[in-house]
Amino acid sequence: MSITDERVDASARDFDPDRAWRLHPQVALRDESFGALAYHYGTRRLLFLKSRPLVELVSALDHYESARAAIEALVPESEQAQYTRALARLAKSEVIDAH
Amino acid sequence: MPTEAMPLRERFTQGLDAPICLTWELTYACNLACVHCLSSSGRRDPMELTPEEARHVVDQLADMKVFYVNIGGGEPMLRPDFFDLVGYAVDKKVGVKFSTNGTRLTAERARRLAGMDYVDVQISIDGALASTNDSVRGEGSFAAARTAMDNLAAANFGQFKISVVVTRENVTQLDQFAEIAESYGAQLRLTRFRPSGRGVETWDRLHPTSEQQRMLYHWLLERPDVLTGDSFFHLSALGAPLDGLNLCGAGRVVCLIDPVGDVYACPFVIDKEFLAGNVRQNGGFATVWRQSDLFQSLREPQSAGACASCGSYDACQGGCMAAKFFTGLPLDGPDPECVFGHGEEALAARDAAALPGAAIGHSKVDRNGTPIPVPTPVRFRTRALA
Repeated sequence: MSITDERVDASARDFDPDRAWRLHPQVALRDESFGALAYHYGTRRLLFLKSRPLVELVSALDHYESARAAIEALVPESEQAQYTRALARLAKSEVIDAH
Repeated sequence: MPTEAMPLRERFTQGLDAPICLTWELTYACNLACVHCLSSSGRRDPMELTPEEARHVVDQLADMKVFYVNIGGGEPMLRPDFFDLVGYAVDKKVGVKFSTNGTRLTAERARRLAGMDYVDVQISIDGALASTNDSVRGEGSFAAARTAMDNLAAANFGQFKISVVVTRENVTQLDQFAEIAESYGAQLRLTRFRPSGRGVETWDRLHPTSEQQRMLYHWLLERPDVLTGDSFFHLSALGAPLDGLNLCGAGRVVCLIDPVGDVYACPFVIDKEFLAGNVRQNGGFATVWRQSDLFQSLREPQSAGACASCGSYDACQGGCMAAKFFTGLPLDGPDPECVFGHGEEALAARDAAALPGAAIGHSKVDRNGTPIPVPTPVRFRTRALA
């Protein structure tokens, strides 16, 4: 039965890691053992954050002057590129927004 | 990658502490009598949840952080507290997506819906032409649904959904459905016809042929904007997987609450075999979800059974539990619509006398208790509707 009925909008949104980002005000997170469910009340899209560190990074974004600063503070160097790509995807689906 | 859904499939099959979303049938009352109704709706059940009990269910869903519910029925707009309940849910940030036949969606109600946040509307039609639709949903039902769509458009509701159960008769009209949706700026949603409820009686005649299923699969692959509720995952065995989670979420990440508060594994298995408990019992819905023996067992690793040796099992997971159950096939074998024809072989070999039938039904009966033939024509009230 219906689980993920909403589709990701194909229109690309640029992710600029040097800007300040935050969890989108219309997005709610529900913690799960694997990470979190993210639901956007505006676009009605459900997404999955597939690791606890990603959830912590997303939740902490608004305490940093830029996404890059948050990644450098919270993510081991070897994984920073991977987490930057993850944030870019979350920006595209409006789970996070620049502010 | 950290946000990709597919590696999560195994986690989801082990169940979550709360459903991702669920279906809540508000009432068995319906003014239509569709021949494929998955809940055999018609008569209101005297044990229907009261408005207070229904609000308590919403409280629990909000506590469990269930982001949205899919509301259906019966016809949910026939519940006198429909708007109160929807308003109560969205105020608690439990979004509502509701399915309606549109017969009660007046211009004024469309304006009221347009003023609510977090409410999505799906209007059901099962034919792109009145003749195709009305043979399944009842005479006059196509015109009523189109009027409801017109009302939503006039009220500037925004993007609504047009929901279609794919049958042998309407599968040739997919492009026309897409045109109707486009004409309203609406989203088209196609779902699978399961042999549940009154569908038990009509499935043999109306489910798409294997050739039609292949055509449908390719049509869907080319149109990722068409919603499917992930309901066609049995077709993913044909090649590239269709969009979505491609798993059976029953009792694991989704479930059904029926009008009397009974909790079933999914909307398509209203049968005592798949009854997990009732929201009226101690601890309410949360306890049923987390502790029922049925849901615990569904979250255990499932046997692939006769499908174990098939190279496509990963893609289709053996298909739909409800479709197998109501056609009398073993749950650990092929789906009756298995794209490789294994379901058809199993159907031919089954013992027809052992079919479960639809034991729990609310179809309308006459004063002698004789079932009224379906579908029945739409009858409109003559007075103006509030």
